Amino acid sequence: MSENETGNDSSAHPSRRAFLRGAAAAGAGALTATGANAATPDPLITEVQPWAQAFGEGVDETPYGMPIKFEDDVVRRNVEWLTADTVSSINFTPIHALDGTITPQGCAFERHHSGAIELRKEDYRLMINGLVDTPLVFSYADLERFPRENHVYFCECAANTGMEWAGAQLNGAQFTHGMIHNMEYTGVPLRTLLEEAGLDTAGDLKDKWIFVEGADASSNGRSIPMEKALDDVLVAFKANGEALRKEHGYPVRLVVPGWEGNMWVKWIRRIEVTDQAVESREETSKYTDVLDNGIARKWTWAMDAKSVVTSPSPQAPITHGKGPLVITGLAWSGRGAITRVDVSKDGGMTWETARLAKPGEKMALTRFYLDTDWDGLEMMLQSRAMDDTGYVQPTKAQLREVRGLNSIYHNNCIQTWLVRSNGEAENVEVS
Amino acid sequence: MSKFLRSTALVAVFGLVSSPAMAEKFGLGRAALPAEIAAWDGDVSPDGTGLPVGSGDAIDGEEIFADQCAACHGDFAEGIDNWPKLAGGAGTLDHEDPLKTVGSYWPYLSTTYDYIKRSMPYGNAGTLSDDEVYAIVAYILYSNDLIDDDFVLSNETFFDVEMPNADGFILDDRAEAEYAQWTGAPCMENCKDSAVQVTMRAMVLDVTPQEEGEALKAEPAAVVEEAAIAEPAPEVVEAVFDPELAAKGEKVFKKCKSCHQVGEKAKNRSGPVLNGVVGGAAGVVGGFKYSKPMKAAAEGGLIWTETELAAFLAKPKAYLKGTKMSFAGLKKEADQRAVIEYLKSVGE
Repeated sequence: MSENETGNDSSAHPSRRAFLRGAAAAGAGALTATGANAATPDPLITEVQPWAQAFGEGVDETPYGMPIKFEDDVVRRNVEWLTADTVSSINFTPIHALDGTITPQGCAFERHHSGAIELRKEDYRLMINGLVDTPLVFSYADLERFPRENHVYFCECAANTGMEWAGAQLNGAQFTHGMIHNMEYTGVPLRTLLEEAGLDTAGDLKDKWIFVEGADASSNGRSIPMEKALDDVLVAFKANGEALRKEHGYPVRLVVPGWEGNMWVKWIRRIEVTDQAVESREETSKYTDVLDNGIARKWTWAMDAKSVVTSPSPQAPITHGKGPLVITGLAWSGRGAITRVDVSKDGGMTWETARLAKPGEKMALTRFYLDTDWDGLEMMLQSRAMDDTGYVQPTKAQLREVRGLNSIYHNNCIQTWLVRSNGEAENVEVS
Repeated sequence: MSKFLRSTALVAVFGLVSSPAMAEKFGLGRAALPAEIAAWDGDVSPDGTGLPVGSGDAIDGEEIFADQCAACHGDFAEGIDNWPKLAGGAGTLDHEDPLKTVGSYWPYLSTTYDYIKRSMPYGNAGTLSDDEVYAIVAYILYSNDLIDDDFVLSNETFFDVEMPNADGFILDDRAEAEYAQWTGAPCMENCKDSAVQVTMRAMVLDVTPQEEGEALKAEPAAVVEEAAIAEPAPEVVEAVFDPELAAKGEKVFKKCKSCHQVGEKAKNRSGPVLNGVVGGAAGVVGGFKYSKPMKAAAEGGLIWTETELAAFLAKPKAYLKGTKMSFAGLKKEADQRAVIEYLKSVGE
């Protein structure tokens, strides 16, 4: 923080503290100031409005509520040209319009390989087989009788920002960075279930794996090393306090903290303890990273530290002219907790340290703010995350230097928004 | 994997596992029966674990592939539109835009068998017999010039096939290749040698989906159009409806389902919605992008009478050269008649 408060010309860029002090002092006075500039009284104030006169809706009007109609543009969006068919496709979380860190289930991105199925709790079965002492079958009701835990984790598709490898393509934070959501999960540690089946048969656990698959037609099988399986993987049935939505794997999904979203198998129906990776299609032909020399990296499960400014951004332009401006965004790391986020307004020449809304939590989204006084001039906005391993989010140039141009997955580069003096923003690459 | 397992977390985790306090059992769940495990445990591993007894060759495979796979993957496994290409791409992995197919990229043949058996055909998963899967895998290998057409692929010959990119993978090396150089106190001031310039703009490509208003308005419009075309259909339908034949047709229609939807909630997919198609005008489903030849035929007044439809279904590409429908065709006349009867039942 010290760079921020001492490193800037205080008249042009007031420090965060000075800004907050000023805002607090103004307090309710802000309204007065606006009123002082108005030529005529505001009819919204001087005239009795319909909503202030008559009734609103009664309590039972909407037994389960949707957002008010004025927010109906805050929805998941699809990029049609990306995939051949919507049942094996992805859409994007409207991160440009959200704040805080928890993603409501109804607008959290979806990725299906053969569509979101409808599976009743009564029809749900979870099998554990393979190298276990007693292969078991659990019903949904069985799962609810094991001790359960609550954890907040982000889930990011390995292809998030993947379309940006070769160049700036999609104009909006929703499209460049919206293959992510962050929810509070309730579920049973996978370790508990594996121990219920018994792991003596598996012998030395160091070289063992689990293979997990879903109940949907794609089955989306993935192999996970036993170490991770016994560490923090969760068999979850609630998200943000309520049942998982259909599109998020109702009634039960796997949660694999910090690791690529494809491993978070939805509608999970089977967990097999094995002595090798199955090397399924999703872990060989897909979700592997081809380097410049044609050799591909595999088993690149952890999602590295990453951040993005969500506002201002192409879908969230500045509409108020110069003066107080909240620059905000999200940061996350699959290898730990976010410790710091820096923001640059000049394309990476100089950086200021942003304020974290709360201390970073392991493998969960962190919200950052840079409360600033915009001079109305063009900005090249960037954000740069650091996590508790000391890792610093790289530039696109740094990533390309190591991986080349043919990679698709695991693009965690620094993003640039060109914000023009009229407040509009565009996705760009900079030198 | 070895590096991964050297981490200090390992000690802690396995320490917990061996502790009896953590190994408490709750007595929940029930023992899985062998028949249940056999029904669900179908995965196949690189060393052949899980590979069933069976066999098939590329000649059998070609026919099955044409029926079950070619609608998306093309007759020669070359892929249609955005659907995955399964053949070709040899030697492209270090080029710009590498073509990653079973032949050029997949390191293990087991993956192909495993995926087709568990997840394909698209929209009709888990319906292929073991021999059919062997035959399809053989056809894909043949399409990639990896086997001859007389090679019989079986659980016994499986490892005679060499996968060209078997050695094309390394384990995650980010710790050495990336983390070391991207760790530490980052630059805060004067971080670039010269003034920062914009080098590429997303607006130039213009591939971002349109804004909300336009996208949302498009859908109701399409629905109205469908309703409008559905009405004249009953007058043109030629024969009396046969529910038994329609029931048979519903089964045949499984072959069509990965591309075509019917019913109230039907949406266009890689093929148009087929509600009201029998007896209706060709090329009129709202929101579907027809091929040029189909548009021309529609403009020429083509009506999908039962006769025309049967001719189209028998050999789509011969009936209408350049049609987007890549389905090989329904050879049996009985199947054609059945599926048409079924389509009549979803008319309104």
